[in-house]
Amino acid sequence: MSNVPADLRFLKSHEWARLESDGTVTVGISDHAQQALGDLVFVEAPEAGRRVVAGESCAVVESVKAASDVYSPVSGEVVAGNADLGGQPELINQDPYGAGWIMRIRPEDKAQFAALLDAKAYEAALAAETH
Amino acid sequence: MPFIPHTPEDVRDMLAAIGAPDTEALFDEIPARLRAKSLDEVPPALSEMEVGRLMSVRAATDGQPLNFIGAGAYDHHVPAAVWPIVTRGEFYSAYTPYQAEASQGTLQLLYEFQSMMASLTGMAASNASLYDGATALAEACLMAVRTHRKSKSQRILVPVALNPTYRQVLQSVAGNQNLAFELLPYDASGGHTTVESLEKYRGEDITALVIQQPNFFGTLEDVDALTDRAHESGMLVIAVVNPTSLAILKPPGEWGTKGADIVCGEGQPLGVPLSSGGPYFGFMTTRMEHVRQMPGRIVGRTVDLDGRPGFTLTLQAREQHIRRSKATSNICTNQGLLVTAATIYMALLGPHGLAQVASTCMDRSAELVEALTRVRGVRLAFDRPRFHEAVLLLDRPVRGVLEALAAHGIVGGCDISAQYPSLGNALLVCATETRTPEDIATYARVLADVMQQSAAAA
Repeated sequence: MSNVPADLRFLKSHEWARLESDGTVTVGISDHAQQALGDLVFVEAPEAGRRVVAGESCAVVESVKAASDVYSPVSGEVVAGNADLGGQPELINQDPYGAGWIMRIRPEDKAQFAALLDAKAYEAALAAETH
Repeated sequence: MPFIPHTPEDVRDMLAAIGAPDTEALFDEIPARLRAKSLDEVPPALSEMEVGRLMSVRAATDGQPLNFIGAGAYDHHVPAAVWPIVTRGEFYSAYTPYQAEASQGTLQLLYEFQSMMASLTGMAASNASLYDGATALAEACLMAVRTHRKSKSQRILVPVALNPTYRQVLQSVAGNQNLAFELLPYDASGGHTTVESLEKYRGEDITALVIQQPNFFGTLEDVDALTDRAHESGMLVIAVVNPTSLAILKPPGEWGTKGADIVCGEGQPLGVPLSSGGPYFGFMTTRMEHVRQMPGRIVGRTVDLDGRPGFTLTLQAREQHIRRSKATSNICTNQGLLVTAATIYMALLGPHGLAQVASTCMDRSAELVEALTRVRGVRLAFDRPRFHEAVLLLDRPVRGVLEALAAHGIVGGCDISAQYPSLGNALLVCATETRTPEDIATYARVLADVMQQSAAAA
């Protein structure tokens, strides 16, 4: 059973988003996603300054068995990519909601964040996917 | 009897199973105007014996001319051992193995090839080969665009002195993917691409600069200054190199302060016969930091569960069987058989042998230029140092001269007047280690006769 923290928002494509106190949104992939992918061997996080659009592919996570795109939950400017993942992609496997974060985005439209799935809805989506 | 594995009964059963009236119905969705007509230009079938006879007659008409053409494919001596080894059953498969790790010998050979190319080009990583030199360059340009994430322009600077066929292939492969190729002029007296020609792009967003060394004219470019100037302006540097020349020239990994970013080229000079233009193979090497954007297969060395060394395909998540449409390339073929030849060729020659080939080529080419420019009506186009080719300017159209030489069994060079009209009557000549001083003297003597006779006729 995968861990779905109650205080995060999610996309059906298994990204999580957290609204920080400074108004930025931190993005990563869910515990379910990292389990499904297996051991990660490479992460390509976006560079700071890049503008991303909600639903657009903006990072790549590569495991021993697959490579997947990571989609942005919100539109805005990337303020940071997680540089630690360059040398330690396994941080995503070890701590997907903490040290394994992928990027921080300054959102253009707060309503986009509010419209994301809450933990309950994401759990329901996961349940539907496995049945 | 045709080799068709299905009997008429099989075909009938299969059609019945999917409810199609006949085979033709399977192609319904292709509009009639796009369908191929029946092949009425194809002559009737011949027996094996008749085909053999026809081919030996045709082969005899090829003759054995004395060849002085280079222009991208080079006539080198291939040691007699190379092809008998290549065609051994263990190696004789041109394709990527599909159960790759079951073929440890093939993987080891590709790994050795990669190690040799990385060392020759001075780069950290090599792929297991690409289709040919021109498409390798197109792939290198696409790779530069993927790699250089700060550059948004997809503009790539390409010297006019780059092989014109490569320029055309760039356009056909990458032109429709929104890459823009902008031409850099060459210096009229040196035949090289000047650092000053980059000046007008200062402050602009340019993704990469292509540098061919030696360039199409055989001239050596000022690679250090060009590389540094491109890096200063935030461009990546793509080197297109002749692998033979690298035995004596500075490897692209050492160009300028930082070295080139991507290196590619035509592998044919390494043990692959001219054979009417192909098949050849392309190669590509890069810095470790860019390796995930490099297209093609990559073989890695690893250890198995018991700690024994072994070889494996690595970084496969870049490839289309995993990344699908987002793979680094949709050309998945490598040229395994030709790479096998190149690896055996390099192993037989060794670094010292390859350097000997390269410096003999340079010497012979210098002798050729000296001998031919002594002929009245022939002069050298450019005064810069060269590798094994040179552009000669004639006082009359090149085509007629080449035809007259051909009648004497001499293939006198490549007429580049049409591709480079501003040069006038321009002939690109090449001499490799296979041309003896006697061959060169023969060419010079026949050329003098031809020039004199056609002058007399005019």
